[in-house]
Amino acid sequence: MTKTSTHLLDTKILGQAVAASFQKLDPRVQLRNPVMFAVYLGSILTTILWVQSLGEAAGTTGESSGFVLGIAAWLWFTVLFANFAEAIAEGHGKAQAASLKSSRMTVAAQRLSNLKGRVTEEVPATDLKLGDLVLVKAGETIPADGEVIEGVASVDESAITGESAPVVRESGGDRSSVTGGTRVISDWLIVEVKTLPGQSFLDRMIAMVEGAKRQKTPNEIALAILLAALTLIFLLVVATLLPYSVFSVQVSGQGRPISLTVLVALFVCLAPTTIGALLSAIGIAGMNRLSRANVLAMSGRAVEAAGDVDVLLLDKTGTITLGNRQATRFIPTAGIEERALAEAAHLASLADETAEGRSIAVLAKKQFGLRGRDLEQDQPTFVPFSARTRMSGVTIDGRAIRKGAAEAVETHVRTLGGFLPEDVRTAVQQIARGGGTPLVVSEDAKVLGVIELKDIVKGGIKERFAELRQMGIKTVMITGDNPLTAAAIAAEAGVDDFLAEATPEAKLMLIRDYQKGGRLVAMTGDGTNDAPALAQADVAVAMNSGTQAAKEAGNMVDLDSNPTKLIEIVNIGKQLLMTRGSLTTFSIANDVAKYFAILPAAFAATYPALKALDLMHLSSPASAILSAVIFNALIIIALVPLALKGVSYRPVGAAQLLRNNLLIYGLGGLVVPFVGIKVIDMLLAAVNLA
Amino acid sequence: MTTNAVLQLSLALGLLLACVKPLGWHMAQVYSGQAPFFERFFGPFERWLYRAAGLGKCLEMSWRQYAFAVISLSLLSFVAVYALQRVQGWLPLNPAGLPAVSPDSSFNTAVSFTTNTNWQGYGGEATMSDLTQMLALTVQNFVSAAAGMAVLVALIRGFTRSTTNTIGNFWVDVVRGTLYILLPLSTVLAVALVSQGVVQSFSAPHQVTLLEPAVGVDGNLENTQSIAVGPVASQVAIKQLGTNGGGYFNANSAHPLENPTPLSNLLQLLAILLIPAALCHTFGEMVGDRRQGWALLAAMSVVFVPLLVLVVVAEQQGNPVLQNLGVGLAASDVQSGGNMEGKETRFGIVNSSLWAVATTAASNGSVNSMHDSYTPLGGLVPMWLMQLGEVIFGGVGSGLYGLLIFAIVTVFLSGLMVGRTPEYLGKKIGAFEMKMAALAILAPCAMVLLGAAIAVVSPAGTASIFNPGPHGFSEVLYAFSSASNNNGSAFAGLGANTPFYNGMLALTMLVGRFWVMLPVLAIAGSLAAKKTVPAGAGTLPTHTPLFVGLLVAVVVVVGALSFLPALALGPIVEHLSLPKSS
Repeated sequence: MTKTSTHLLDTKILGQAVAASFQKLDPRVQLRNPVMFAVYLGSILTTILWVQSLGEAAGTTGESSGFVLGIAAWLWFTVLFANFAEAIAEGHGKAQAASLKSSRMTVAAQRLSNLKGRVTEEVPATDLKLGDLVLVKAGETIPADGEVIEGVASVDESAITGESAPVVRESGGDRSSVTGGTRVISDWLIVEVKTLPGQSFLDRMIAMVEGAKRQKTPNEIALAILLAALTLIFLLVVATLLPYSVFSVQVSGQGRPISLTVLVALFVCLAPTTIGALLSAIGIAGMNRLSRANVLAMSGRAVEAAGDVDVLLLDKTGTITLGNRQATRFIPTAGIEERALAEAAHLASLADETAEGRSIAVLAKKQFGLRGRDLEQDQPTFVPFSARTRMSGVTIDGRAIRKGAAEAVETHVRTLGGFLPEDVRTAVQQIARGGGTPLVVSEDAKVLGVIELKDIVKGGIKERFAELRQMGIKTVMITGDNPLTAAAIAAEAGVDDFLAEATPEAKLMLIRDYQKGGRLVAMTGDGTNDAPALAQADVAVAMNSGTQAAKEAGNMVDLDSNPTKLIEIVNIGKQLLMTRGSLTTFSIANDVAKYFAILPAAFAATYPALKALDLMHLSSPASAILSAVIFNALIIIALVPLALKGVSYRPVGAAQLLRNNLLIYGLGGLVVPFVGIKVIDMLLAAVNLA
Repeated sequence: MTTNAVLQLSLALGLLLACVKPLGWHMAQVYSGQAPFFERFFGPFERWLYRAAGLGKCLEMSWRQYAFAVISLSLLSFVAVYALQRVQGWLPLNPAGLPAVSPDSSFNTAVSFTTNTNWQGYGGEATMSDLTQMLALTVQNFVSAAAGMAVLVALIRGFTRSTTNTIGNFWVDVVRGTLYILLPLSTVLAVALVSQGVVQSFSAPHQVTLLEPAVGVDGNLENTQSIAVGPVASQVAIKQLGTNGGGYFNANSAHPLENPTPLSNLLQLLAILLIPAALCHTFGEMVGDRRQGWALLAAMSVVFVPLLVLVVVAEQQGNPVLQNLGVGLAASDVQSGGNMEGKETRFGIVNSSLWAVATTAASNGSVNSMHDSYTPLGGLVPMWLMQLGEVIFGGVGSGLYGLLIFAIVTVFLSGLMVGRTPEYLGKKIGAFEMKMAALAILAPCAMVLLGAAIAVVSPAGTASIFNPGPHGFSEVLYAFSSASNNNGSAFAGLGANTPFYNGMLALTMLVGRFWVMLPVLAIAGSLAAKKTVPAGAGTLPTHTPLFVGLLVAVVVVVGALSFLPALALGPIVEHLSLPKSS
């Protein structure tokens, strides 16, 4: 997905949107939006009235056919502007989809008919079935979403992530899922097909950004009901105004009953057309913003739920702290040189390919200039980490060097007749209290000292949590560490709570507990063991680098695999709701000014006294009504950028946020039309149009 | 405003405010199933009632069952009231020997009293026998009020309960509301009113010789006047307390035997607003956060007080036509000044205006002055208060549940504006609640607009519009505003006791009552089934001045947008057409 093609005013998108505005005049399209459908019918009605007025002698209806034409034309503009708003939002989505589609060209798949013998047959990717095994070699495109069951390869996933650096995909573990449409750059993979053609990740993504599958979210439905009710009220107000005016003309003995044209104009001005016209554009733009943030939501509902999240579960590693723990200090026991400890630790870590092991080597090199020796002639025996011994190490030159958790090493040296020195025990406790991880190093029966591994809390993360707290969201850190370590890191990072020694079950329980209390929980995850918790959480963001199981369980996928993205998602969800709410308020507040423009104008002949309500001193009744209608149409276009960008969101308390938005959109909505209608009226009077 | 006016208004509102907390607390006790003091006396009777009805006291109802019970009680009431009027001629306690009431008027009155509207197309003392007044009308004053309060309590339970499908038992709520709230209060008030000279008697009308003969309707000189009396105090007490408003006499509380003294006037006025105001506190008590109740009371007051001041000022200024003729309209120690047409001298400008605003704010509808004779602005305010949906105090129960509907809409709007799925008192407001809220707001509104529209273009409707110009339209609009919102007061001058108006107004009363009640109960059921979400920092507090302000804005804007065009053709143009006072 290219990030450049979605500029707000792309001329190509603009051109397409203008064309689409006319295509959307199809009544079946219009019927989907009740508010705008009413305007649509009004436009047709006034057009008919205009045609009728052409045939009539001037003066029979009391209004010139030019006036009726003006109203009819601007009502059509109102409809077109609404179509345009929707089309331009869709245009941005389509641009994203187009770049995705280019990677979905039919590819040939090498289906394995015999796994052992590597016998393959070439079939079109569309013929693949669930469970088929395919072989993908360097330079080939992966034909379908699936799980790597053999091989390691680097894969170019730029088609979906926009990230040009290739990623490693390998069987087993949390990096085993591959996406159809991505390309293998080196080596080969055997992939088990996990989705049917047409239902792949890429397909769903395209459907999502194109807006084809966009379902209305719960709040959108509730708002649509409110808008429909308002429209109905105004329909009644306007419809009953005709009999009222007939009666008023009778009793006052002057003027004419209000004309159909003016009634339609009044109705369109009063109906919540501003929000009605922009409603679907706001929804689509929200999804677009999300995909611009490289997050793929499986449903709009999930985005909306993100705005409501009360509790955020964040994995410690990678989210709160930088990747992995790093060695920061060697603490030798009494009588041992720090260098000797470093050397032993270095040796024990040579075969340790974990980030922690590497960081020990790095520290040893930095502090004492130790280098990896050519160990081949020493014939070292590496002891890999095992869950049973909870230690790893090396036996070299008859020295058995081990490193591991304090208890594990203590057990180990005791069996050899050694012991854990008191100063090491103290150091171990101190490190643990400080949030670090102590690794004890031993050589044969003797304990040499402790390596301190520390989590490095990401810069700026504390401020983000403070922001979340202001938004009313509680942050909970999830970690496999012991409670002591967890507490220290939690304090350093500024999270509200933590879950230590977390197992997948404990995570699931925690989410259920919060939900039972009525809270909405969001979490991120990537591993298969995260899947149950992801499925349980209300907003579940799976990392794209994660397993297929995790992606299936989540309702959003972050293509950048960046766990802090949740915060951005919450913002987008809130912005979506706020934009709808603010524009609704604005739309309704606008009506007050329109009444003051149209009512005195409509009854100018029947009740001249009502002229006192004409606060704006508009030039003539006809121009007053026309100005209101023109304002009503233009305000839609004026607000399109806001609908696409969304109302700005700052993390302040709910009351403060409401006060700000009421001031801007409520009070603004009251004042702006008075000014706008007056200006349009002056312009109309200047060019003598009405 | 004169100092006198400020003092009188402050006294009345101060007294009202003082009663809110104790009474609100007591009502919360009653509906929570505990009222130890009263249960000591009436408990056995209450239990006997349930046993006699074959009702286990703890039988909980779903919202549908609750709604069914409400409708069945109302239907039963309607049939009883209709039948009693039609056969009163053959029944006892009819000292004046009044004949059966006409079918259309009986229909209208039966609907009117079962919907707590108490619109009266008839003249009380000249139409209804004592038996009908007591057994049909007074009973309905209790029952329809208790039903309104029951529905409110059911809605409150919707907020307080969580993940259940029951909202209480309607019959229990009606019985307890009547026994422990309405009966004790009206007993006290009735006795107090009798002490002021309100009659309570079964005697036939008194014949008194006139000091000066007068010309009767038939053109003959009349030397005697027949003065009707009856069981008035007992009916008046509940007519005010239950926001019913249907007077014993045609002149309602302007009649000297229904409201003889300034003190009786003050008591009745307090009684009009007493329960609707106190229910706010009941709400706060029951939802476990008193601030929520005070916020709603504040919202009501914020609308009430400015409108009250507007009426007092408009009436005190009087009619510019008279002013221009040199008539002294200034208030002095010996006269009220201002526009005294249609007002009683013993109440003056201030107490008449206060009553007019109170009776239309609360959906009471009793009058102590003739609203038709108010200045255009003075008449606009009572009309608009009704059009707001009778949510500024409103009817007992119905006023507060109406305001809660607006609160739900407000919460929805403000929830969207702060970027969070709206929640009120821990309940998420979803599409279903919005649908029902929209229906409840739309129904009365539609009935006012449509009813008035039909009336002004149909010959049957225009035939009995006796006033020329926009005022004739105002009268029709007032009638439908009053009926649709179950108020019951009237701009006189419209001949409403015709088959057309009896039928049309009855229809609007029914819609205005039940198309609000049913959605409210549906919301109650839906809320009760939801989980309660604990409040967090992201939750918008609903007890703050900000929320109160927004709630008021929603009520006022909806009311203004819906009725501004109609009002412009009635009272507004009347006002703008007044000559400038020189």
